[in-house]
Amino acid sequence: MYAWLQATLILAVVVALHVPLGDYMAKALDGGPHGRTERVLYKVCGVDPDREQDWRHYLFALLAFSLMSIAALFALFTLQGKLPWSTGHEGMPWRLALHTAVSFTTNTSWQNYAGESTTGHLAVMAGLGVQAFASAAVGICAALALIRGLVRRDTAQLGNFWVDLNRTIFRVILPLSIVSGIILIALGVPQNLGGAHTVTTVAGGQQTLLGGPVGSWEPLKLMSGDGGGVFNANSAHPFENPSAYTNAIEIVLMLLIPTAFIRTYGRMIGSLRQSWTLLAVVGILFGLLLAAGSLAQNVHSGTVTAAVGGQYEGTETRVGIPGSTLFGVAATGSADGAANSAYDSFSSFGGGVLLSAMMLGEIAPGGTGSGLYGLIIAVMIAVFIGGLMVGRTPEYLRKRIGFPEMRYVVLYALVAPTAILGCSALAVALGQGQSSMGNPGPHGLTELVYAYTSNVNSNGSAMAGFNGATDFHNLLMSAAMLIGRYVPMVFLLALAGRLARQQPGVVTVGTLQARGVNFIALATGAALILALLNFLPALSLGPLAEGLL
Amino acid sequence: MTFLSRMPAWIGHHVAAIRVVIVLTLLVGLAYPLGMTAIAQIPGLDRSAQGSALIGAGGKQAGSELIGQSFLDKKGNPIPYYFQPRPSNAGTGYDASASAAGNLGPESTVDVLPVKGEPDSGKQSLLTQVCARSKAVGDLEHVDGSRPYCTADGVGAVLGVFRDGGTTGRATRVVSVNQACPAQPFVATYESVTVTCATPGEDYGTAVVTPVRGDAPAHPEVPADAVTASASGLDPQISPAYAELQAPRVARERGMDEDSLRKLIDRYTSGRGLGVLGAPAVNVVQLNAALDRTHPVKGA
Repeated sequence: MYAWLQATLILAVVVALHVPLGDYMAKALDGGPHGRTERVLYKVCGVDPDREQDWRHYLFALLAFSLMSIAALFALFTLQGKLPWSTGHEGMPWRLALHTAVSFTTNTSWQNYAGESTTGHLAVMAGLGVQAFASAAVGICAALALIRGLVRRDTAQLGNFWVDLNRTIFRVILPLSIVSGIILIALGVPQNLGGAHTVTTVAGGQQTLLGGPVGSWEPLKLMSGDGGGVFNANSAHPFENPSAYTNAIEIVLMLLIPTAFIRTYGRMIGSLRQSWTLLAVVGILFGLLLAAGSLAQNVHSGTVTAAVGGQYEGTETRVGIPGSTLFGVAATGSADGAANSAYDSFSSFGGGVLLSAMMLGEIAPGGTGSGLYGLIIAVMIAVFIGGLMVGRTPEYLRKRIGFPEMRYVVLYALVAPTAILGCSALAVALGQGQSSMGNPGPHGLTELVYAYTSNVNSNGSAMAGFNGATDFHNLLMSAAMLIGRYVPMVFLLALAGRLARQQPGVVTVGTLQARGVNFIALATGAALILALLNFLPALSLGPLAEGLL
Repeated sequence: MTFLSRMPAWIGHHVAAIRVVIVLTLLVGLAYPLGMTAIAQIPGLDRSAQGSALIGAGGKQAGSELIGQSFLDKKGNPIPYYFQPRPSNAGTGYDASASAAGNLGPESTVDVLPVKGEPDSGKQSLLTQVCARSKAVGDLEHVDGSRPYCTADGVGAVLGVFRDGGTTGRATRVVSVNQACPAQPFVATYESVTVTCATPGEDYGTAVVTPVRGDAPAHPEVPADAVTASASGLDPQISPAYAELQAPRVARERGMDEDSLRKLIDRYTSGRGLGVLGAPAVNVVQLNAALDRTHPVKGA
């Protein structure tokens, strides 16, 4: 009972906050004058904020920024030992540095290292911190370009990448981080620049306590869809998540921006009805995942679970099992990838639910920006199927979804499944998958597929028994993340460019309207069926086999 | 600006990108966290910003209220006058500089038994870890430590059944895979085949792994959190049920009455936030520190 009350309360807060935040984001991000300090910033950076870009230049700017970000992070991580505030940590070896740089630039934040033994304060603040802001903003930029493609008519211009980037960071993420950071610090999250210090414990032993800028990192980690931890245990660490209250706040923060951005979308296209429709789709998908996850965690399926008397292994006492399950579903459904429990020790089906949440394509509600554009792609597929069923040219928001548009939609939708299954198969074929598995049998395969699903989908959560810290996985995962993040963006921006050039069609009685109960069912079904078709065989060999055998 | 606009677009984008990365590093990579550190100095925030220090009996810092500690003696045995925390996978146990989970799954049931002369060559399954802890806690608290799927000697009750058809057919040979010879197998026969103990180093990979439920009660006396490790390995808290189980021992060891001990437990028990968030929990670190202040143990 407490479980459902807790979930209802937390989700109600998200829905309540998404209205004002979504409205504010629509005003802050799209159009309107530049602030005086913003003009100074643009001048310093050498960009003209009033010159709009077509889809190619928007994409080039986005990719150039991401490339330079990776380079900057790579330099920071490899040179860490020679820079201040390294708290005694050496530079990373280059393969790990490359993986980590790609990981945080692509908003994935899979970590092949333990935070407390690898990254100093500077790497956390100026490395991970900058890219948490930036990578979240890049997702929102791509989404803004797609929305403009849907809204605008007869033009090639999709907005200015640098303006969108700057506004997302300074008008949205930074103010939210400051407010929620102060709340988290007040509730127990440390914020200092101290190093390790050793104390004599109550029982007379020795314990080395760590400090760090955790309070400024924590809201970023959650809101940006980033999810990487200052500490190895991520949000299970009492310093990252000290109480039941912070746990609730962290879940809200993970879901907040992706959900509010659906509202922003409604404002920008001038149809709040459409945003409620999409929110309903997201709500149903999230509800299904949460119900399945809770059921799996409470029905004692595994041998160890039955011996213990519940899914206690790898959960924190203050959080409880329902708090861990809800956090897990929110972290995998939102592309954030934080963890307040050991997902590797979840029940077989429970772990399968987290994996499925990512396999849905990160749309419930998905990452910052990326959640919305993934959702719009799913909606376009639904519109296309629906249009074929009623025998009319498929249209969405009065834009025709014809063959050229569908080509980009389908290409987009194929990237993630191909990359996930291809990389997993490659790792198994070369024997590198098996040697990294932390558990025997089907659970080991689940760990591997989970790892590549997480990397390709920019999630970053892990079944941490899997050892990704080998040269092979550092490199293959880097490739998986780059493919999973940027190739879909190429198709997405090309699609946006095509849509922007169209003249809007005329709505007739026969046009399939993207709203109402029928459409919600159609879109939800399309998203579910696509994911099932792609991944059911892999799921059968992993979590389903483990749970049923 | 004119300089940039004369460059080819792709170079221009990269130059702008470098500048933006530098500006962002200064503003949100340094100014933001340093500003937050400055804000965290104001009274009301400073205590938690510094890590919620726990003050020990001598007035010196004895840890953090948020970070769990080990209450074992030098030999690794529980100190009886302290409440014991949950098992920990952080370093060698409650190592605050190495947070970690065990990461073993719900079907981790078969041990790798250590070969003779190399005690570190084995690897316990999660099931055996749970069984061993349950037995140890049962012995310490003088209650029944039995659990489903556990043998009386505290390992996972798992048979490796060799069948003539591979995974199906008649059982030809049955090994109790977690019980190293010369242990007495927990059942004598299975499908009328005599069960043998396991030889370390031998490969039972082709046998069908068959956990045996046994007749232990479905609700064991040793609480679930006492036999499972947390995700961080630094969980400072235990369930009220586990605190209740330990209360008689701690009261006896400290020569105090159980009622005043229960009052102290209540003081360090956090309920559900807003009545619904999280789970009730007893902070063992704070509770033990308070016990040392109010009811010190002579000679400790």
